[in-house]
Amino acid sequence: MGKAKQIDRRWLFLLIFFGVAFPLIFTLGLPLETTKNVQMVYDLIDNMPKGSKALISFDYDPASMPELHPMAKAIVKHCFDKDINLIFTAMWPMGVQMADDIIYQLKDDYPDLEYGEDYVNLGFKAGGMITIQSMGKNFREVFPKDMNGNNIDELPIMEGINNFSNIGFVFSLSAGAPGIKEWVQIAHDAYGRPTSGGVTGVSAPAILPYVNEQQQLTGLLAGLKGAAEYEILLKAPGTAISGMDAQSAAHLIIIIFIIIGNVNYWRNKKAEKMGGK
Amino acid sequence: MKRKIPLLITFTVGIILIISEFIPHKPFGQLSGELEIWFLIISGFAILLGQLSLFKVNILKIKYKQRDWQFYTITLISFIIMVTLGFLWGTGKSAGMLGHGEAISSMLGYKPFDYLFHNIYQHLQATMFSLLAFFIASAAYRAFIGRTVESNLLLASAVLVMLGNTTLGSLLTGWLPESLNFLHLPKVSEFIMTFPTTAGQRAIMIGAGLGIIGSSLRIILGIERSYLGGE
Amino acid sequence: MEQFFATLGIWLGALFTFAIFSFLYKDNPFYKTAEQIFVGLSAGYWSVYTIFFILIPNLYEPLTQNFNANWIKLIPAILGIMMLLRLIPKIEWVSRFPLSIVIGTTSGVFFLRYLKSDVLNQLTATMINPFLGESWVIVIGKIMLIIGTICGVVYFYFSKKHIGALGVSAKIGIYFLMVSFGAAFGYTAMARISLLIGRLQFLLGDWLGIIQP
Repeated sequence: MGKAKQIDRRWLFLLIFFGVAFPLIFTLGLPLETTKNVQMVYDLIDNMPKGSKALISFDYDPASMPELHPMAKAIVKHCFDKDINLIFTAMWPMGVQMADDIIYQLKDDYPDLEYGEDYVNLGFKAGGMITIQSMGKNFREVFPKDMNGNNIDELPIMEGINNFSNIGFVFSLSAGAPGIKEWVQIAHDAYGRPTSGGVTGVSAPAILPYVNEQQQLTGLLAGLKGAAEYEILLKAPGTAISGMDAQSAAHLIIIIFIIIGNVNYWRNKKAEKMGGK
Repeated sequence: MKRKIPLLITFTVGIILIISEFIPHKPFGQLSGELEIWFLIISGFAILLGQLSLFKVNILKIKYKQRDWQFYTITLISFIIMVTLGFLWGTGKSAGMLGHGEAISSMLGYKPFDYLFHNIYQHLQATMFSLLAFFIASAAYRAFIGRTVESNLLLASAVLVMLGNTTLGSLLTGWLPESLNFLHLPKVSEFIMTFPTTAGQRAIMIGAGLGIIGSSLRIILGIERSYLGGE
Repeated sequence: MEQFFATLGIWLGALFTFAIFSFLYKDNPFYKTAEQIFVGLSAGYWSVYTIFFILIPNLYEPLTQNFNANWIKLIPAILGIMMLLRLIPKIEWVSRFPLSIVIGTTSGVFFLRYLKSDVLNQLTATMINPFLGESWVIVIGKIMLIIGTICGVVYFYFSKKHIGALGVSAKIGIYFLMVSFGAAFGYTAMARISLLIGRLQFLLGDWLGIIQP
């Protein structure tokens, strides 16, 4: 038995490309089930009293948009449906544009939204954990103005916000550091605010230990699947659900690759043994 | 003095911040609050340092005509264009030196800085990272071999989680009766994530946390001095 | 005119997408050009945002609008300029002073926060009663959580040779770590594929109009 040939990886690339493209064009609409962690996030927002204020931190950039943007849209939509006022901030500079884009996408669904009353975008600050800790002591020192140059004292939504005390919950959409870990360590563990978040699939396993009896995190949305589950709970299908068929196809292709790789390996090993005898 | 004073500053600042956690009143609370704001401002300069350093490195590569120096010219041109547009007309609702540039914004649909971000930068970055999808598939084919008990566990866990995370998983085991619901792939995946994965990651977190605590103490006490660089 | 530039924008996005994808065939000048444009634009973006959102509102405006109340901000301003002197090799030692404040602050805060969040809270979260689960599956899971965490931490104790009881615990710890790495790979694969899905949604939806974006 000869040595099994290694396939040129460019053929694999082509297979992955078409394997992901076809289900996007010819959707199957396969069912998806929701999980406990996503339900916890949903319940946190659903049970917030009307008129509460929430802080949403956009800690990601365009590289993570496919996973985190659908989550952001669903979360912001849910908050607006529940009359929760939103304070946007960003620990990543591109996060500012991400927040702006979400509002742009939702402006037709919520034409009565007033900037400065229903939501505000405070912009980007560097410094990660240290800056978040500073926000917990003196919010207005860190954010003297919003991203449009308005004095923070003149914004009705910021009335009474001097630290994290009057914030109902903190939500971080996080692609890495600084991000959800820092928000957990400061907003929840130092200042006791309910904290939740959405992360990319890469970060999810490392952040899961914070979902525990201590409720360091109240639930977690993980990757595109987490976003799709939230869209199901919200009954607002979006790009996350439409991408899940393609996700399934790609995973199947990768698993087939793994099987073929293992079969090739064991065949080669057997051939070497027989060649040795 | 060039090393002793920075070490003393590190020690003083570190100790003030630790004490302020337990004594939040004057003067420690005020001092730590002030230090945190200084940190924010110095971080801003540190970011600028990074960008200027990039500028300097590229200038030197072009000056000495190193390999692919033509491409580094493109880097500099892109950098200068982006910074110039940002300063001239600002971004979003922030004004630049020439105001908001209403005329040019109405033509482009965005301010020039934002136009470049939305139509070029966003796509470049997203595509750059999407290349990893191809490489992970190729890596799975070449490197994911079950040779030992440990690698078999890794393989099994990866396959179960990948199946359970998709609609395919629901389809494959959706027919199972309620009594065998725990074998339903999405439930298996959720079990793997909630218990053994969390256990492993928690162990890593505790180990890393202890390491960071040790490193922080070493830095504050001046035992670790590598951040000062050479003489 | 706005419509023209909107369409041009989509075509530019598609062009740069394919320029980057061309790397999959082989390295080429189109990819290199796109890559360097990306680096340049990124650096420009960070510079503008740092100045507009940090240095102006947190330093320049407090100093210029109310110097008497904010004179102390001259100190971080001077330290920041000292940081920039790192670019000049002869006087780069001056940057050690602001660096020591940054390092000292970070060390102090990290010491406290990691101790509480990543050590104490995680240990507390492991001290659960496993027999309070809703079903036998949850009970088994919680027992695995406790054993896995303890054995995983034991594995990272390298001050003693892993033999005897310590060796067995460390071995169990490795098994749990391998399961967690496998799960991490599964999630990483999902994340990377999602990024490709995003690109294809743009190409097929916004650019070609074949699917609903």
